Amino acid sequence: MNINLTLFAQMITFAVFVGFCMKYIWPPIVKALAERKAKIAEGLAAAERGHQEKALGEQRALELMKEAKTNAAEIVNQAQKRALDIVEEAKTDARTEGERLVAAAQAEIERETNRAREELREKVATLAIAAAEKILQKEIDVAAHRSLVDDFAKQL
Amino acid sequence: MASSETLTSQEYIQHHLTNLTLGWHPEHGLGFAHNSAEAAEMGFWAINVDTMFFSILLGSLFLWFFKGVAERITAGVPNGAQNFVEWIVDFVEENVRGSFSHKNDMVAPLALTIFAWVFLMNLMDLVPVDLIPHLFAQLLAIFGADPHHVYLKVVPTTDPNATFGMALTVFLLVLYYSIKMKGVGGFLGELTLQPFGKWGLPANLILEGISLLSKPVSLALRLFGNMYAGEMIFILIALLYGGGMLLDGTAGVLQFVWAVFHILIITLQAFIFMVLTIVYLDMAHQEHH
Repeated sequence: MNINLTLFAQMITFAVFVGFCMKYIWPPIVKALAERKAKIAEGLAAAERGHQEKALGEQRALELMKEAKTNAAEIVNQAQKRALDIVEEAKTDARTEGERLVAAAQAEIERETNRAREELREKVATLAIAAAEKILQKEIDVAAHRSLVDDFAKQL
Repeated sequence: MASSETLTSQEYIQHHLTNLTLGWHPEHGLGFAHNSAEAAEMGFWAINVDTMFFSILLGSLFLWFFKGVAERITAGVPNGAQNFVEWIVDFVEENVRGSFSHKNDMVAPLALTIFAWVFLMNLMDLVPVDLIPHLFAQLLAIFGADPHHVYLKVVPTTDPNATFGMALTVFLLVLYYSIKMKGVGGFLGELTLQPFGKWGLPANLILEGISLLSKPVSLALRLFGNMYAGEMIFILIALLYGGGMLLDGTAGVLQFVWAVFHILIITLQAFIFMVLTIVYLDMAHQEHH
């Protein structure tokens, strides 16, 4: 419990400790703390920015979606209209084609009928003449009565 | 009291309150003091080896631990040790910012060193009083020393040399910064020209001189007194051991209760020493007070 040289030794020790702490311990720790502070502030600012950007992006996305919906509806409308048109056109075409075919068939039938009638007429004339020849073999002069028979055949 | 049955209570207490003093004795020459009277006879040119050893050991422990963390410190996610160190540094920095309103890069590291060092030195008080001295005496007995004359105080802050050493260093810093900030004239003016003006100069000098000198004295004695008293109570409790089961049990409970209470005291004393140092240095930087 005596005050002795220990006093000065302690003072020197204390001064050395404080000096060491001041040079090697305090600055790096405080620097790291300040750095972390800056980092956190930066991070918070970035998060804030991110939030704003996200809100903006969402708004833009909404707008784009609305636009896309409008576009899609328009395209669907056009497509429907076009489909109706195509169906309508096809119907018209089919009707025209059908009519054409019917007309062609009718013409063919007409032609065939005429041809058959002509043939029949010819055959009847020949048959009539042959029959007449057989009946009136002697009396009838083929050349003299030819025009008569033809007239008759024409009336058939 | 377990160390020896031949000691009386008074001797036991005396033994615990004597430092391991190395010095030049007028009769025995250079060597360790064999009792407190011899230590006193050595006068000023002696050194308390135990105080020096434990204070330097604990201070180095503090610096080593903090240096280790400071070397690997990262501004990213801190690990456990770094968290702990940052917690203490933050605490000290907050106190410095709260009480010290000037720019001085020395004050915060000074405060940290004081807080950590004083705390660790005080913490030695929680080691059972007989443990380290007894082991030390046994160790030296192997080399032929008489265990009854091997002294060891493990709590450096119960040695006024340690507390006055720190307080005087702080006092020198106060003087240095007072003169640096205000000039010799300004500092002398502060000591002599207030509070009563220049016609009350002697009264001013006495008042201000006492207030100035009381700073280191109160700083040192407060810490010393608290730790000395705490240590004394541990010693008194330890005296109860060896007196039968009932006394042993009582001593155990008392020791535990006092140790728990003492945790508060040792932290508080370290904190007070730190805060008062900051405040004194702040006053030294101030132009008017």
